[in-house]
Amino acid sequence: MNFDPRYSGRNFSSVGTRPIRPDGVDKVTGRARYGADFNMAGQLVGRVLRSPHAHALIRKIDTSKAEKLAGVKAVITAKDLPDLTNGDAGMYDILDNCMARTKALYDGHAVAAVAAIDARTARQALKLIEIDYEVLAHVTDVDEAMQHHAPLINDAIFTEGLEEKPVKPSNVTKRSQFGHGDVHQGFGAADFIVERSFKTEQTHQGYIEPHACVASVNLDGTAELWVCTQGHFVYRQHCAQLLGLEASKLRVTSSEIGGGFGGKTHVWAEPVALALSRKAGRPVKLVMTRDEVFRASGPTSATSIDVKIGARKDGTITAAEATLRYSAGPYAGSWAEIGAMTAFACYRLDNVKTVGFEVLVNRPKTAAYRAPSAPMAAFAVESAVDELAKEIGIDPVEFRIKNAAQEGTRSSYGPVYGPIGIGPTLEAVKAHPHMKAPLKQNQGRGMACGFWFNFGGQTCVDLNIGMDGSVSLAVGTVDVGGSRASLSLVAAEELGIDYAQLKAVVADTSSLGYNDMTDGSRGTFSSSMATISAARNAIKILRDRAAQMWDIPVDDVVWEQGHAVAKGDKYGNLGKLSLRDIAAKSGTTGGPIAGHSELVADGAGVSFATHICDVEVDPETGATRVIRYTVVQDAGKAVHPTYVEGQYQGGAAQGIGWALNEEYIYGKDGRLQNAGFLDYRIPVCSDLPMIDTQILEIPNPNHPYGVRGVGETSIVPPLAAIANAVSNAAGVRMTHIPMSPPRILAAIEAERG
Amino acid sequence: MVEVTLWGALSQLAGGQSKVEVEAKDIRELFRKLAEQYPAFEPWIDKGIAVAIDGVIYRDTWGKTLPLGAEVFLLPRLAGG
Amino acid sequence: MAGVAVSTVINGDAVEYLCQPDEPLLDVLRDRLGLTGAKEGCGTGDCGACSIILDDRLVCSCLVLGAEAEGRRIETVEGMAHGEKLHTLQQKFLEHAALQCGICTPGFLIAAKDLLAKNPDPTEEEIRFGLAGNLCRCTGYDKIVRAVQDAAQVMKGA
Repeated sequence: MNFDPRYSGRNFSSVGTRPIRPDGVDKVTGRARYGADFNMAGQLVGRVLRSPHAHALIRKIDTSKAEKLAGVKAVITAKDLPDLTNGDAGMYDILDNCMARTKALYDGHAVAAVAAIDARTARQALKLIEIDYEVLAHVTDVDEAMQHHAPLINDAIFTEGLEEKPVKPSNVTKRSQFGHGDVHQGFGAADFIVERSFKTEQTHQGYIEPHACVASVNLDGTAELWVCTQGHFVYRQHCAQLLGLEASKLRVTSSEIGGGFGGKTHVWAEPVALALSRKAGRPVKLVMTRDEVFRASGPTSATSIDVKIGARKDGTITAAEATLRYSAGPYAGSWAEIGAMTAFACYRLDNVKTVGFEVLVNRPKTAAYRAPSAPMAAFAVESAVDELAKEIGIDPVEFRIKNAAQEGTRSSYGPVYGPIGIGPTLEAVKAHPHMKAPLKQNQGRGMACGFWFNFGGQTCVDLNIGMDGSVSLAVGTVDVGGSRASLSLVAAEELGIDYAQLKAVVADTSSLGYNDMTDGSRGTFSSSMATISAARNAIKILRDRAAQMWDIPVDDVVWEQGHAVAKGDKYGNLGKLSLRDIAAKSGTTGGPIAGHSELVADGAGVSFATHICDVEVDPETGATRVIRYTVVQDAGKAVHPTYVEGQYQGGAAQGIGWALNEEYIYGKDGRLQNAGFLDYRIPVCSDLPMIDTQILEIPNPNHPYGVRGVGETSIVPPLAAIANAVSNAAGVRMTHIPMSPPRILAAIEAERG
Repeated sequence: MVEVTLWGALSQLAGGQSKVEVEAKDIRELFRKLAEQYPAFEPWIDKGIAVAIDGVIYRDTWGKTLPLGAEVFLLPRLAGG
Repeated sequence: MAGVAVSTVINGDAVEYLCQPDEPLLDVLRDRLGLTGAKEGCGTGDCGACSIILDDRLVCSCLVLGAEAEGRRIETVEGMAHGEKLHTLQQKFLEHAALQCGICTPGFLIAAKDLLAKNPDPTEEEIRFGLAGNLCRCTGYDKIVRAVQDAAQVMKGA
């Protein structure tokens, strides 16, 4: 690979425009096919039986009655998914999560599954499966799970990362630590210190499309899987490993995806569907209900965070420290670690220390949720930063500007920053008219900053030029929010052709090389890099073909604005050859013209955002309305600005829901009490104002066009921005998310005495 | 010789050192030599370690060269949404 | 269980089907008739992804029985475009990028069509409350509201 990913400034003609997306008409006419919109001849209906207990030993499962029911074609338990993970602890956890092996670890944990001729028969069959449970003591709260007397979820867990290996098992799987300098000394130099504890409740990604797949295992060991996923190549690897199939013989096609936000990054029910299909000898369609999505697919961590920040009278932060406890569900995770890395990433700190604890609880396996772990850490830190500014008597924006990280700053997680956008987002906020707009009674304004890493990863793109000069672009990163449009723009830019001349598709796993999933805001960043590389490879061939047509050396042919041009005076009368001209002759100049690219897109470039929020709090009911919201975020380069705005607005809306309403509510029995959209209320249209956006473009030095990921950072600041606004409106510091009416009312009443 | 900064967990495995010196031209050689010097690192390398070179985070490009005098920082490989 | 024979009109065409007495209309549309434009996001009437218009009334088709469609008129997203021409709402949703993942889009289009049929010149607040029965997790609703506002202006002038 001779591809140079470094940024080079250029004038764009396609990139930065706002055309209609290539998959748009299918989606407005109802023709786009999502996970549940696909069927195979002879398919059965798969259904999963789930544990009603938060923690229970599975003594015995009797499936005999279910098997005898007319119309039932297969019943499976963990025995039908033998452990083939070969010591891979992460995959073993995924396997156990797909189908409980010895213990049910949360309310909703899969314990058996059936495939039957229709849904009614499948439901009846589930009722006939008899399970002998020994109910065990459970724990669902992150702080309680850390107590010495807490019920043990896995007695093989001895906390990693402690100076001395613990002698007793616990629910804390790992301790991690980041920072530099000497916080003790730093706090000694402080004139003001704020120290606070915060909690955030567990939320779900809340994608509107439930997990869905159609699995078909053939007798010859080949298989097909149609599935809604953020990464069909990753699902192929997982399923092949768990089922003992050869990866290349399992063809996975990603459906259109009805939202993922991190929740569709690893398998949940797909191996179960494949195992059912294998046993029944027929295709099996398995679609989760909404109840199952909430009870058994990945929510984010619940957290408990202590923050301490000290500053001098002049507003210089002298030390910052945080202890972060994140729930991981019943399996080991690295969620607090990410929180510990991101917590203070916005600031220039000489003395900083963060410590993270990963905590097991009897709740569903935690999954990534948009900038996973960062919003909770930002909520705690940005709340304390606001409070500290207030104590010092300095404007909160000025305080942040004074302490903001910049190029050359050592980040709180270790390395030194290159060019970054935290300062510019703060300056933009300071200058924004929103900051000067008047507020009425019971209204308050808050602002907050946020950081996210962004990732790259393994990426592969094929660009094929038809004989008529039209271009098809096959990418392997699932399109979660318009990336086919942005990648078409990039290909059009590079080839110098019209956007309308291209069609981008997401290829299946048998048609394209491996791609990492669409996570870590990498879709457009990575695949655009591969698209640029593929287009440049195609241009090499186009130049060669033009040289043949003209019968001149290829080195004398350059590619300019979609045309081969012969350079030099001696070719003065040759004119130009368009891509269409060259494609039309391709059959006799060497055959099909294509450009391929296989690369690892690294150097994704960290991203920062600052949000402003106005709220109105009703002091009688504690209800909060967001009345104005502004997002300022660095995109590096916005390829399709409308979809970048969409990412900003969507992240803000999810953050607003998290801040004000959304939470998993568990009863004393360890059962989830609000597993539906009626009781787990995500923001609706009438809850929100318009969400204003301002895109900053500070080029990423490690992408040819300067692109950074944009998908995740926008959910990082809202919890804190809204908490700061509510605190300003209600006159009390809110330390527990969500700030639901009862919590706000209780805080107001406590303040009044 | 490059100076490599370790994060907390690795630093413990390296007997409390937060910085180690390694003669390596690229990330691949860095990991090979680290695994030789500190066998306890091996499972971590298998699970995935990200390397920040002058502030730019590399997760998979093991062929990336380590420029003379570069700041090299090891970080956990993270999940994204 | 014996099936129920139903005669109904879907997107202007006469349709007959057999369904179970307890079978939701959404399942009939999707599984028996291949009209998968209406989506199941919850099955409990909370998300609006399965919105259809039944005799001029906006309903969640997951909360209506297939048998209840007897002798009635059903409009689904599949019936919005005419020949080569998209409905104004469909066109405006595309122009404003009022969709990201698109799973909620058919429900929003149907709900917006119903809203504009009853209130051709809605305020922003009326649009927001008119569409409050439909969940979108991607867009924050901003671009959806703008698309409906724009469509209303165009449709008024038509």
